[in-house]
Amino acid sequence: MNSFFIPIIQNLQNGVPTMLDFSLTEEQLSAAKMVKDFGEKEIYPTIKEYDRKQEMSPNALPRMAELGILGINIPVRYGGQGFDYVTLGLVCEELERVDSTLRVVMSVHMGLNSMGVLQWGTEEQKQRFLAPQARGEKYAGFGLTEPGVGSDVAGMASTARRDGDDYIINGEKMWISLATKAHHILWFAKTDPDANPPHKGITAFMVETDMPGVTTGDIHDKLGVRAGSTGWVNCQDVRVPAANRIGEEGEGFKIAMSCLDNGRYTVASGATGLIRASLEASLKYAQERHTFGKPIAQYQLIQQKIAWMQQWYDVARLLYLRSGWMKNQGLRNTRETSIAKWYATDQSFKAAHEAIQVHGAYGYSDEYDVERFLRNSRGAIIYEGTSEIHQLMQAGYAFGWRKDKPLRCELPAYDPDFWQEED
Amino acid sequence: MKVVVCTKQTPSTTAVITVDDNGHVSWDDPGGKPNVVNPWDEYGIEEGILLKENHGATDVIALSLGDEDSKDALKTALAMGCTEAILVSDEAFAGSDTLGTARVLAAAINKIGAVQVALFGKQAIDGDTGQTAVQAARKLGWTPLTFVSAVKEISDGRITVERLADDGKETVTAPLPVVISTVKEINEPRYPSFMGIRKANRANIPVWTAADLDVDGAVGSKVDWSHIYAMPPREGAVEIIEADSVDEQARLLADKLFEEKVI
Repeated sequence: MNSFFIPIIQNLQNGVPTMLDFSLTEEQLSAAKMVKDFGEKEIYPTIKEYDRKQEMSPNALPRMAELGILGINIPVRYGGQGFDYVTLGLVCEELERVDSTLRVVMSVHMGLNSMGVLQWGTEEQKQRFLAPQARGEKYAGFGLTEPGVGSDVAGMASTARRDGDDYIINGEKMWISLATKAHHILWFAKTDPDANPPHKGITAFMVETDMPGVTTGDIHDKLGVRAGSTGWVNCQDVRVPAANRIGEEGEGFKIAMSCLDNGRYTVASGATGLIRASLEASLKYAQERHTFGKPIAQYQLIQQKIAWMQQWYDVARLLYLRSGWMKNQGLRNTRETSIAKWYATDQSFKAAHEAIQVHGAYGYSDEYDVERFLRNSRGAIIYEGTSEIHQLMQAGYAFGWRKDKPLRCELPAYDPDFWQEED
Repeated sequence: MKVVVCTKQTPSTTAVITVDDNGHVSWDDPGGKPNVVNPWDEYGIEEGILLKENHGATDVIALSLGDEDSKDALKTALAMGCTEAILVSDEAFAGSDTLGTARVLAAAINKIGAVQVALFGKQAIDGDTGQTAVQAARKLGWTPLTFVSAVKEISDGRITVERLADDGKETVTAPLPVVISTVKEINEPRYPSFMGIRKANRANIPVWTAADLDVDGAVGSKVDWSHIYAMPPREGAVEIIEADSVDEQARLLADKLFEEKVI
């Protein structure tokens, strides 16, 4: 039995009683270890160089594709590796422990886009979009945020006008991860700008970035995730076939929110990895660094920081594994994923902050990793629901004002036979 | 063509060896890292898989002598791409020295039958002897090709390899079957694949005991570890040479070094 814990609780909302089982399988752990080895051997040695240059490591995307990481939890029949949603979380934890940029790739390519197609796409769309994405032949992005619209999704300005068998898309998306790398972008636009309430006028499309009228660019000088790719995507009269519409007209808002249930899961598990990275760096340094004739680990105020980080790590891990388990079971997990994401990202910032304090002035320079951890942790407190949005959500659930209604398409529960069967 | 890859489970590369007052040896990793496939063996495993991919090997069988924990090493080999794995495990083999191990591995290779190439890492990171491959070759009666840095050609029952010797590289040809020990220059070991991981964790790894093998000669250990003790701590003193000029310091340093017979 492995000593890694998955909390399995009674799900009150769905009334499904279950037993407690904290074990992870050897398969899940071996997959996580493989990803850990990849990150440590191929990305970590040069990460500072690319962080300074504000460029993505040339190894990141092609190697993640080649090794199958980009399709880890997608069924084999759709080009993936057939692992479960818990493994996706473990993998994201290992990736962000090395550098946040690697996990960001999983958030957009897998969580926000590929899992959205798995949930909402037709069989034909799964073959046409999901399979090449899972095989890593195509990279995938997510276009929801706009220059003037973040939390206020329903206020988006992007439009899609029906024209025969096509839609004509116009608009601009901002703060888009992999903007200049992605081949497929799940794009949200208003097909009915006058809809009341406004979010019912939103529709989702798969925009292929080689379509005429699509332009992209990178944004530089971000505080963190500097070895990542973040940018803007503009659509000017882009003709998108109706076959690229994901879901029905007016379903876009629901699709975006369910994609966020998956994206936030990768952010939560990744931020948990960042807490672990801060903890590991602090443990090492506190035993090496001496002041007043003894290792600083001997001082209680240092020990307190270590204890905090350990607590944050354990709680964050338990929270994301609960979400992953619920996904495996096919249970709706919007609330649980939201709290996992809010908690892990807030605490990853605090953990990096404390890790710098443990390292003293050295932690303030990029000779050590912890200043990068602090910079990298900050963005996730803003994207995929700011911490404030998650607080409003949690209060809404607690008061009973907010309830999740069943969706036309739910994320499929993990069925090992279906996932692993080859065609 | 059947290929056997011999591997063993060893402590991690960062494990620290300690010896207590009773001569009890332990390997503990300060970071809590688990045991791993002997890192040198990864090159042997990779080369076995490459023989399948590039030289038409049909079977690449990972073989390990050890306790039940050694199945982890075999699972890694399967996850990387070996086609089969066999564990040889018996109380009678516990504590074998390199010759005892070589006898058992040779017996297992004979039992597998029709093996053309047996691959080994150049040594194991725990014992560090580098003897097992050559001793196994002797027990099998096959040509040992040690420190191989490239397999050039396999044809007409012969194999041509490049060996990394102290004074350079040499290319040698030998009739099959052969035993090869690999050096790290030979390849870049791959990661286990996700599909391989799933296959490996479901694989049923057969366990062969002493009764299954026809071992030639005594098993167990001829080597006797009669007295194991921790290395005495190195004693030294630091002396800073003070002088008015660098030249003077250098002269004093040179005098000291002569005095101590260092130069």
